[in-house]
Amino acid sequence: MANRNAENREAGGKRIDAATGTETVGHEWDGIEELDTPMPRWWLWTLYLTIVWGIAYVILYPAWPLIDRATVGVLEWSSRGELAEDMRLADLETQTFREQLAAIDVVKLQDNPELLRQAIAGGRAAFQINCSQCHGSGAAGSQTLGYPNLNDDAWLWGGDLKSIHYTIEHGIRQPTENEERQSIMPPFEGVFEAAQLEALVGHVQSLGNDQASHPVGAQLYADNCASCHGPSGQGSRELGAPNLSDAIWLRGGSAAEIRAQILNPKMGVMPGWKERLDEATVKMLTAYVWSLGGGERISEDAADPAVRTDVEP
Amino acid sequence: MQAEAALGRAGLWFGVLIISLILAATARDTGFAAHATIIAVVAFVLMWMSAARFDPMSRARSFFRMPETLSRYDDDPVRWGVLATMFWAIIGMLAGVFIALQMAFPQLNIEPYFNFGRVRPLHTSAVVFAFGGNILIASSFYVVQRTCRAQLAFPGLARFVFWGYQLFIVLAASGYLLGVTQSREYAEPEWYVDIWLTIVWVAYLIVFVGTLARRVEPHIYVANWFYLAFIITIAMLHIVNNLAVPVALNGSQSYSAFAGVQDALTQWWYGHNAVGFFLTAGFLAMMYYFVPKQAERPVYSYRLSIIHFWSLIFLYIWAGPHHLHYTALPDWAQTLGMVFSVILWMPSWGGMINGLMTLNGAWDKIRTDPIIRMMVMAMAFYGMATFEGPMLSIKAVNSLSHYTDWTIGHVHSGALGWNGLISFAAVYFLVPRLWKRERMYSLRMINWHFWLATLGIVFYAASMWVAGITQGLMWREYGGDGYLVNSFVDTVAALHPMYVIRAVGGGMYLAGAFVMSYNVWMTLAGRLRDEAPMTDAAYDAEKDRPIVQPALASVPAE
Repeated sequence: MANRNAENREAGGKRIDAATGTETVGHEWDGIEELDTPMPRWWLWTLYLTIVWGIAYVILYPAWPLIDRATVGVLEWSSRGELAEDMRLADLETQTFREQLAAIDVVKLQDNPELLRQAIAGGRAAFQINCSQCHGSGAAGSQTLGYPNLNDDAWLWGGDLKSIHYTIEHGIRQPTENEERQSIMPPFEGVFEAAQLEALVGHVQSLGNDQASHPVGAQLYADNCASCHGPSGQGSRELGAPNLSDAIWLRGGSAAEIRAQILNPKMGVMPGWKERLDEATVKMLTAYVWSLGGGERISEDAADPAVRTDVEP
Repeated sequence: MQAEAALGRAGLWFGVLIISLILAATARDTGFAAHATIIAVVAFVLMWMSAARFDPMSRARSFFRMPETLSRYDDDPVRWGVLATMFWAIIGMLAGVFIALQMAFPQLNIEPYFNFGRVRPLHTSAVVFAFGGNILIASSFYVVQRTCRAQLAFPGLARFVFWGYQLFIVLAASGYLLGVTQSREYAEPEWYVDIWLTIVWVAYLIVFVGTLARRVEPHIYVANWFYLAFIITIAMLHIVNNLAVPVALNGSQSYSAFAGVQDALTQWWYGHNAVGFFLTAGFLAMMYYFVPKQAERPVYSYRLSIIHFWSLIFLYIWAGPHHLHYTALPDWAQTLGMVFSVILWMPSWGGMINGLMTLNGAWDKIRTDPIIRMMVMAMAFYGMATFEGPMLSIKAVNSLSHYTDWTIGHVHSGALGWNGLISFAAVYFLVPRLWKRERMYSLRMINWHFWLATLGIVFYAASMWVAGITQGLMWREYGGDGYLVNSFVDTVAALHPMYVIRAVGGGMYLAGAFVMSYNVWMTLAGRLRDEAPMTDAAYDAEKDRPIVQPALASVPAE
């Protein structure tokens, strides 16, 4: 092709470019010429430098594939080895803390501020991974879905370190060997007439706001509900029966929501974490949940250890 | 004879029509059925066109406006390509802004067809392959003719390349929304669409090489080296990466020929070289023609172009494993991926130096010529992205940046800054010449487009740097207790403002594309905006034609 050249287009049309003082190569395509500028030295030397660095790197690190393995490199570095070393160091750092935590009686945490602080920090991270799916990343729960808010001081099954620890270990309403955390509220569908139901709902609503309620509702409550929720609606932590006399509602406090809950109650379940997480982590979660605002202190001085006093941890 | 040929042609399309209808009726999934229906519609239109024409060749020639003499460049495929580029740019960027808003406001996920998972590949493929691919094909047809001083070889095949490529885009894009995907990054279309693209691409290679073969110039211009490297390597990458076994011939699903980490490496060998040979080599080819033409200056250094071309081509193909740092990929492969990526730094910059320094003696045009300004910004972003790339490939940096939005920011400073701006500049160069206009409708609007795009990129890249580093640091933050401090959702919440800023930046970039569409539209309409003049490169229509030699004229194709 080159030989079938058009009239005056042979190579050799070199000229000096006026603006740069550089000679052109002599070719021209559609008006485009090329200067014969040498490659910038800094560019060339940086290229050489990266090549030299590259050669050194492939000598130091695993690089060249052979038949059944690759060169290991002078440093004998491997990503698995690096990870193992990192993990070893990380384990070493937390070892004492985890050992201490695993050994301590969970109730004693409330009097060990240093260990408690570390446990809360670890618990926050473990909570985000294991618990936030239901209880929310801020532990505020969900009224629509019936996940309890863990920031308030209303506890279904107890809010001291021991109770929280037990709840996390065994879960709620799990078909396991343990007898606790198992209560069931019976459905009252078809038990009440419409007027009775309205009276009962009215009474339940009145428990928290000190307003007078219908005597029919009060009577129905006493007959059907008081055995678990208590005569004044204060609930029962042994049975996991919610307190109806405070302003906190697990599944909503409107008449419709209360009615639905009476007729066909929804009851929450929670998995037990004893088999899934190690003892130290369960204790960290306990400490974190306890620290959220509603944690209760077990008084060892009191004659009855069940007497609780609210404290800010 | 002609009647028989017409009948034969109609029969062929009738056969295609029947087969596609059967496939549509018996398809195993709706996505495949939809695609078979699209093919049937195309076959029907072509059958109707064949049957309705007694003299198919000359009718086709006039319908497709094929050139009749060799004394003119064959620019119709280029014109269509420029229009297709504009169209797909708008579609692709619109999809981009939409998914950016989805990231900030998840309520915008419209199930199932317009959720993030389906629109995201639509966005990437529309901007890379539809917008980028069309300007590459169109500009390569333009440049190869000019720099060879010869008319396009195989005009019929060139038209097939254009229309075949559009069909590929339609099948790919509709497939994404219908859920047809093989889940390979930048290679989502399923097996039958891949086969179609292979056919189109081989035709493209034949047209390009055929035109090179009939050149009148003694040497092949550097832009054509880059175009050729782009075409050949993309063919190789596409075929190897898409090796798969279809589940059935009437269904859209297939299984990859590779498994596990081999599959991942094949995927990223392809994915990285799609960046290297599609978005770098191809667009460098555009730069090597349009920058010296617009600046009206000689290319800075012939020697640099040789060395940086060969080093770029040799090194790029090995860099893919840096996408798989700290994965199941063996250490040795990760090492090589990183080393080749770092050495790739200077070869990449060679292109930037050659482009920028071409302005020696014409630097004042940055002030006066908005197209030059756009080209300079494109090369500056190319330089930034090709420095950032090797840096991100270093394992220590990668352990922070990988899987974060930093990568997204990196990709977009390259794609919006380099590929987008150089393509826009090429379109502004091409439109007045292709449609024989004095100049663009408005040079001042090019300037508006420049600033909208540049500021948009700054918003985009800056927000993604901040977002990426925030993510990386939050993900790796351990407390003294050995637990991660943040959950994933904490990082998502922390990034919300950055996602909003990103959407604003993308919106500005899209607004620039709308300004451009208006400008091109008015230029096509033959209007000239009354405005204070700005500098533009000179154009001599008389000189813009092939050199016809008597010997060559009698032998149309080789």
